[in-house]
Amino acid sequence: MLTYIYRNAITLGLFAVISAGLVGLVHHWTRDRIQSEKEAALYRMLHQVISPDAHDNDLYQDCRLVIAPESLGTKEPVRVFRARKDGHPVALIIQSIAPDGYNGAIELLVGVEERNRVTGVGVISHQETPGLGDQIEQRKSPWLKQFSGKDLLHAPAEQWKVRKDGGVFDALTGATITPRAVVRAVHETLTYANRHWDKLFNEPANCH
Amino acid sequence: MATVTTSEIINNGLWRNNPALVQVLGLCPTLAVTGTLVNGLVMGLATMVVLLGSNMTVSLLRNQIPHEIRIPIYVILIASFVTNVQLLMNAYVYDLYLILGIFIPLIVTNCIIIGRAEAFAIRHPLPQAALDGLAQGVGFTLVLTVLGALREMIGQGTLLSGADLLFGPQAADWTIHLFQFEQHMLLALLPPGAFFGLGLLIALKNAIDARRQQAAPVPVLETIVEHP
Repeated sequence: MLTYIYRNAITLGLFAVISAGLVGLVHHWTRDRIQSEKEAALYRMLHQVISPDAHDNDLYQDCRLVIAPESLGTKEPVRVFRARKDGHPVALIIQSIAPDGYNGAIELLVGVEERNRVTGVGVISHQETPGLGDQIEQRKSPWLKQFSGKDLLHAPAEQWKVRKDGGVFDALTGATITPRAVVRAVHETLTYANRHWDKLFNEPANCH
Repeated sequence: MATVTTSEIINNGLWRNNPALVQVLGLCPTLAVTGTLVNGLVMGLATMVVLLGSNMTVSLLRNQIPHEIRIPIYVILIASFVTNVQLLMNAYVYDLYLILGIFIPLIVTNCIIIGRAEAFAIRHPLPQAALDGLAQGVGFTLVLTVLGALREMIGQGTLLSGADLLFGPQAADWTIHLFQFEQHMLLALLPPGAFFGLGLLIALKNAIDARRQQAAPVPVLETIVEHP
């Protein structure tokens, strides 16, 4: 009887080890490629957040790593891309995180110009519910567009909320937590850019 | 149970033992996403791929799997299979991954996969298990697509919205606007609408079956359909 139990335990263990090993192998094989695909997608998205005509430098190279867990939603270093024209500061594009989505963190790209105005917001990755929270994606609904042009002067802090909470932003049908998280994260990022504007532009690039 | 004909397997998947309408499996992840035709279709296709793969894996390993611990082994096999599919798609078909990516984790929790492993794949050779995965997958996809179309029509008065995500930018104007609403019909778009819709589809299937039986007065002895 005992040997029987042992045999089953060993078989189950073997299946677990082999399956987990396979996942590990596939993860190892695909890691670099996934990373480079993500980078390529990010580069394409930079120009959805800020118009290519607005700057003349290489955004991807002119990049600074900053750590600001309070404002940018993660303890990890966050990339800030600096857009300049003729050497003058034009816009900051910050890769921040909304940590409190319905289903984990939402990775965002927030463009800020003139110290306090949002040029645009992009969603890099998320795990929100298909059909509900995923409407934050720019290709699925125009929801994200409402951030463009919003600033800290005309919309003070207490209005950076969804309408349901007394703010100026539309929510999504059937999803409240997701829009709340995104609105809060964009506001935090915008405030951060506003406070550290000069410093963020003056420090040397250090991403690559 | 070892001999099932090809046409039986196909008929079971598409109609007689349809995973969504008869087995009523995999409801939790699917009812939430069938808000539009395209979402239903995509979820169905993703499930079909995983079902095909897991059925084949279980069938290949069926002589190695001890009966008493088969269920945990299915769970291990399916979870690692789905994770690998997700990683590989992420690496090699990134654009498709962006569309399907959010659906794939939902498939892990789908009981159809484990249901077919237990009810069919563990007892049948590879070709039949593969065909069963395919047939059940197609049957599932068809129901999800119809359910998605139904909810999309009632909920927002359109059909095929978001087709460009699946078929490329030329499909952006495929969207058919049937009605204009002041407000979207929330009941149809939210999960309760999916339950009503699925209930209606099941009732429709039962009505068709009942009518068929009346048309053929000699009662056909139904073989007992395997249930997990």
